[in-house]
Amino acid sequence: MGPSEHPGEQLGDHLFRRESGRIVATLTRIFGVHNLALAEDVVQDAFCRALEVWKFRGVPENPSAWLMVTAKNRALDVLRRERTARTFAPELGRFLESEWTLSPAVEENFAPHAIKDDQLRMMFSCCHPRLSEEAQVALMLHILCGFTVDEVAAAFVSSHAAMEKRITRAKKILAGSKKLFDIADAHDFGARLPAVHRALYLLFNEGYHGASAESAVRAELCREAMRLVAPLREHPLAATPATFALSALMSLHAARLPARLDSSGELRSLGDQDRSQWDTNLVGEGQKLLDLSASGPELTEYHLEAAIAWAHAVAPRAEDTNWEMIVSLYDKLMAIRPSPVVALNRAIAIAQRNGPERGLEEIRAIANSDRLASYPFYHAALGEFELRAGRADAARDHFRAALALARSPMERTFLSHRLAACTAAVTTVP
Amino acid sequence: MSEFVYLYRGGQTNRSPEAMQQTMQKWMAWFKDLGDKGHVKNVGQPLDRTGKVVRGKQKTITDGPFAEAKDVVGGYSLIEARDLEQAVELSKGCPIFEFEGAVEVRPVMKM
Repeated sequence: MGPSEHPGEQLGDHLFRRESGRIVATLTRIFGVHNLALAEDVVQDAFCRALEVWKFRGVPENPSAWLMVTAKNRALDVLRRERTARTFAPELGRFLESEWTLSPAVEENFAPHAIKDDQLRMMFSCCHPRLSEEAQVALMLHILCGFTVDEVAAAFVSSHAAMEKRITRAKKILAGSKKLFDIADAHDFGARLPAVHRALYLLFNEGYHGASAESAVRAELCREAMRLVAPLREHPLAATPATFALSALMSLHAARLPARLDSSGELRSLGDQDRSQWDTNLVGEGQKLLDLSASGPELTEYHLEAAIAWAHAVAPRAEDTNWEMIVSLYDKLMAIRPSPVVALNRAIAIAQRNGPERGLEEIRAIANSDRLASYPFYHAALGEFELRAGRADAARDHFRAALALARSPMERTFLSHRLAACTAAVTTVP
Repeated sequence: MSEFVYLYRGGQTNRSPEAMQQTMQKWMAWFKDLGDKGHVKNVGQPLDRTGKVVRGKQKTITDGPFAEAKDVVGGYSLIEARDLEQAVELSKGCPIFEFEGAVEVRPVMKM
């Protein structure tokens, strides 16, 4: 058989990367978390084989299954060869000792439902309390999404050396934790779930608001976060209202991604976006998830943020936005999870409802606003309100400050256009 | 038209899954392009990079690899080209060169 007619067509985008994450999780379950590096080697080997064979014979019918089987066979080789020299997963220890039980035990761990659980187990393990939130997110991207250190560094606009250090240290802590997180323990599961939510939220946010210049990178991070949150909705212990709310918020925000850049690749603010480009399927999905999240007594920040995103998503035109509702949602959000960024967004909503002067008052009243000093959109908001209040000179100073802090060429272009608008306003004033 | 064998040597490096997927897609695109132009007699086969060598009157058996990793043959293809010059020219599109590999172009001997 020759190579397939349409090279690459049967291979989904990032198939290797995604499968690598899935297989590492499963192999780590079998080998034990202390053998994480061995699991990574075996996966690397399976991918080398795929590369060698597929380029001559074409992509097999089911590439994911091919990779899984190859990795499984390699795992069996390793287990047979090294079972006297190494210890593997303590839970499986005795099954691996005899040839009678080895193969069925490995087989069982490669069953589709077991692979799904392995994903969750690894996700929960990555959110180890000894790791910072940033390290948890980096580790998830690296292990579960198959991002290399360089790819993670690019996503977080960090240097290779800094990211290498962070991931190496995180892996060491994970490998030293003796065993993977036990997802069968309902108590521990419930206790760790908020950390998992938080890490997935941060991952999504990094894609949505992060400093990474390239829009493809951003969209990819959002997609990965959405891919990782999906299995939580299917697990009896993980399918909580907060999980649905987090999923809803991702879908509702992701719906707007196609309109964030205009046809010339420039950043568009929410009020300026071509709303016909919003993804109506994702809006619908987000709405459904939001309905599912509305049960039980718990009101999380994800519920509130999802509701805010929904209020924007259902406004056919910017001027139809229900700012009254959005302000009250921000009030509630400030009550349960106050932060300078939430306060800034609340001030922007108030300015939309009550005019720029009130917006400025609210911004000036933000506690810890020094933490916003390096955030370009803090200065941009000040500039916007001053401009609307007819003080173009003051506005220009704020936009200059914002421009100096811009983190990507896209932000720079956007802010210099706003700066130009101030100059135009100054010269047209008699 | 004459027949040639391409022997692919070396070019195997540890890279990220994403990079490997891209490399594979390049190989398949290259084979497809050669095939569309009527130069592929047989895409050929990948070869395992391990094996045995049996040598001499004593038939001594040794383990592979038979050479340094950069010289190990990882596969072969059967190519049709006008002459050696064209076969060499066609080989230049091979993605193996991005990874310090080599293509050995050998005419199949005519009877």
